[in-house]
Amino acid sequence: MAAANGSSEKHEGFEVPKVEVKFTKLFINGHFVDALSGKTFETRDPRTGEVIARIAEGDKADIDLAVKAAREAFDNGPWPRMTGYIRPTIYCIHIEFIFVSRQRVEQERGRILHRFADLIDQHIEELAILDTVDAGKLFMVGKLRDIPGAAHLLRYYAGAADKIHGATLKMSQRMQAYTLKEPVGVVGHIVPWNYPSTMYFFKVSPALAAGCTVVVKPAEQTPLSALFYAHLAKAAGVPDGVLNVVPGFGPTAGAAVASHMDIDKLSFTGSTEVGRLVMEAAAKSNLKPVSLELGGKSPVIVFDDADVDMAVNLVNFATYTNKEGIYDAFVKKAAELAKKSVVGDPFNPRVNQGPQARTSQCHVDKDQYEKVLKYIDIGQREGATLVTGGKPCGDKGYYIEPTIFTDVKDDMTIAQDEIFGPVMSLIIKFKTVEEAIQKANNTRYGLAAGIVTKNIDIANMVSRSIRAGVIWINCYFAFDPDAPFGGYKMSGFGKDMGMDALEKYLQTKTVATPLYNTPWL
Amino acid sequence: MYKARALLPGTLLHGRHRFSTAPAVVTGAAPNDEPIQPCVEIKHTQLLINGNFVDAASGKTFSTLDPRTGEAIARVAEGDAEDINRAVAAARRAFDEGPWPRMSAYERCRVLLRFADLIESHAEEIAALETWDSGKPLEQAAGAEVPMVARFVRYYAGWADKIHGLVVPADGPHHAQVLHEPIGVAGQIIPWNFPLLMFAWKVAPALACGNTVVLKTAEQTPLSALYVASLLHEAGVPEGVLNVISGFGPTAGAALCSHMDVDKLAFTGSTGTGKIILELAARSNLKPVTLELGGKSPFVVMDDADVDQAVELAHHAVFFNQGQCCCAGSRTFVHERVYDEFVEKSKARALNRVVGDPFRKGVEQGPQIDGEQFKKILQYVKSGVDTGATLVAGGERVGDRGFYVHPTDEMKIAQEEIFGPVQTILKFRGVEEVMRRANATPYGLAAGVFTRSLDVANTMARALRAGTVWINCYDVFDAAIPFGGFKMSGVGREKGPYGLRNYLQTKSVVTPIRDAAWL
Repeated sequence: MAAANGSSEKHEGFEVPKVEVKFTKLFINGHFVDALSGKTFETRDPRTGEVIARIAEGDKADIDLAVKAAREAFDNGPWPRMTGYIRPTIYCIHIEFIFVSRQRVEQERGRILHRFADLIDQHIEELAILDTVDAGKLFMVGKLRDIPGAAHLLRYYAGAADKIHGATLKMSQRMQAYTLKEPVGVVGHIVPWNYPSTMYFFKVSPALAAGCTVVVKPAEQTPLSALFYAHLAKAAGVPDGVLNVVPGFGPTAGAAVASHMDIDKLSFTGSTEVGRLVMEAAAKSNLKPVSLELGGKSPVIVFDDADVDMAVNLVNFATYTNKEGIYDAFVKKAAELAKKSVVGDPFNPRVNQGPQARTSQCHVDKDQYEKVLKYIDIGQREGATLVTGGKPCGDKGYYIEPTIFTDVKDDMTIAQDEIFGPVMSLIIKFKTVEEAIQKANNTRYGLAAGIVTKNIDIANMVSRSIRAGVIWINCYFAFDPDAPFGGYKMSGFGKDMGMDALEKYLQTKTVATPLYNTPWL
Repeated sequence: MYKARALLPGTLLHGRHRFSTAPAVVTGAAPNDEPIQPCVEIKHTQLLINGNFVDAASGKTFSTLDPRTGEAIARVAEGDAEDINRAVAAARRAFDEGPWPRMSAYERCRVLLRFADLIESHAEEIAALETWDSGKPLEQAAGAEVPMVARFVRYYAGWADKIHGLVVPADGPHHAQVLHEPIGVAGQIIPWNFPLLMFAWKVAPALACGNTVVLKTAEQTPLSALYVASLLHEAGVPEGVLNVISGFGPTAGAALCSHMDVDKLAFTGSTGTGKIILELAARSNLKPVTLELGGKSPFVVMDDADVDQAVELAHHAVFFNQGQCCCAGSRTFVHERVYDEFVEKSKARALNRVVGDPFRKGVEQGPQIDGEQFKKILQYVKSGVDTGATLVAGGERVGDRGFYVHPTDEMKIAQEEIFGPVQTILKFRGVEEVMRRANATPYGLAAGVFTRSLDVANTMARALRAGTVWINCYDVFDAAIPFGGFKMSGVGREKGPYGLRNYLQTKSVVTPIRDAAWL
């Protein structure tokens, strides 16, 4: 593989934009404030390992403050009370002033979220830089996909804010009844570092659209864009207390969110281990409902009628199984592709793998970096064949070569554990469709799966057979705001994205009253 | 001679009287003053076909009139069958080969969002144009209708990427999914009472679903639609996606309805014309038709109502927009126990209604749309008196020019839609009786109920045969609330998610599934 590591930027003739970190404090009740303890922690550039900024370190006391602000904003603030529409209608004014001394509301949630999205569009480059220096995300990908994608998610839910429908019910008694979909209240969000912007808006946008108020704890590795978004939200008109962002660590700030008695709903994306702790804390405190989007070990199944080039491109990121007949051709092409992959500074537009590139190739800090190298070592010791890669690259920063193992047995550690690094395991040759399904389901996870085939019957049958929350047929990572995403089994429960995600942030209330003298039932 | 006529198109006026703060003139004296000069340039008077403003193929034009004076504002290209053919061909091409149905729903959403932003940034001109052409109070056009248009467009922009079909549990080993496809070329015919709002009700859902449109505006009010259609193009809608034809019903309208290449028709207007439209659709290619037609909507005041509140509400229910609303609460049923008080106060309220130049601040009621409507209304008033109803207020022309009518209160049972500022107040004794009488009409568009009783409200809500029942409110419109008629008030529903159905085809896709893990 070509090496273009962190130090080579000057030779490559690309420019690293000026990095300016504007927001480093906690965002509580509409203001940037220091942690009550006065503590700070450093956030490092994974390209160089150097400190970018010192960030206020929130812990339990700060979470308490943030929840108090969110509670107040929910219980007494304008956000959940905003109408779907400004009502300046003069013919209604006469009527309304008679009936209710109606609080004149100048904004609606949808409009504010649209403005929020427009502001993101105006700061794309700045936000992409933050995610690159903070998470090692490829700068071009951030500019072209992640940050515009964040605005897209916001617009999707801005348009959903006035489409939350209850239902009128068909009662078996002489009753009139209907359901109300009410905002659930104060929401705690714990978001991971692999897609700092995308994950933030997976969580925050549907919650805000539903009328909830939120306390976000971003990952300690990636607080920068989260704080910037808080600033933009305020500029867009999100009222104080509605969106609070408290950077900090899991055992302190995260645990305080999970066990808080005044948080009505918790949504977490991260590892299965931490997900378990989060759910336990919820159970031990106020039984708040929890949504978990956890780890995966997602299979990609390549059938023998597949276009090998397409398959290799699609599964460049995932562990996969494939049909015996095309196994060798597949391995050869996958290895060629891995060798061509350019690892280096994520600001370099030629680079396709930074110190962190894609969900299953992420290692954003030293711990992750060492963990991935350890898994590579285990893979070799358990008898898998290392086809390419396997070593660190560059002389500084946390870069690892794209690595491919073959002859992987499905009980090996590298086949069972989530590595979260640039390691592809070509696992299992299979003979029949049934065998492929059985092997693909032989995991405690169930987040996603890929199928590569031209056969409609195989595609349809395998889609229903695999126990996973999303099936990508002849594609991979086909995320879309309208497409729900979330796991089966120990990959979690509850969906992000789509209209389904709104359900997480809504309570259902049934209202019933007797009917007298009705002409129909 | 009205001054604005002397102005060439393209001259932007900076009228002294713009949003004048001069006191509103009380009923009866208003329209004799010199009309306030509207501050807007008439930019577009041609037909909009395939992204270009063009003359009618015949070269013909017609005058659009200022209802305040009866004089011409501008001459507008007069489309007929040949222009409809051109427009349908453009819409057909845009649908069959163009980018609009093929771009992502999010891209369509973005175009509509930009359109809404442009409507807001041009709100003053649009509202002034609307008032000038239709005679409705500027405060109503600027304060309510233009913001509602933007709201409407944003609402359907938000639907564009949320149009979901169902995946169906079929009986047997089949995988079945439902696709909602755009229906194709939609023909839409809108009325003169709410030109802009009706534009939005029709165009926004059709475009959000990925259709292309040929819109025929009312001959009385062609201007505002042409203006906002040009904004839609500025927002990035591809050519041929929205075509706007000004013209008359028997020529342009009929050609659109009987066109073999139009896949869908939507019409708002009178029940009489609705019948013709349905017939033309049946005789040509059986295109599905949505109709939003007339009404004679009951407004029921129970004896537990606060009379002052009820009077005010009932007053607005009928007099709003010069009484020119399909859903006007034009039959006011009042419980006998409060009847006399109600009539007395309604009379006082009607006499206080400020009729005058719609550009003047504080004016509640402008002129009727044209001479024909004006005469028809006065004839209805006369027939009411002739058949024994008591005229308690109004009933006459206001001023000596334009189409102004005194707000009129009569006590008579009316069956026909008057479409003017005429309130008829009827007496009833009990719930059963009023339900029966309220439903004794060929129409079923809307109804109002004014009561504090939960049980009466629930009973009436179910018993009234109407598409909308407003309880302790009236004329509450929102993009999300479906609207449409029972009986001869129409077919289908517009607005809300229900409005999307008018512009979507439903396609079931079924395939066997082998060895299904579950069914």
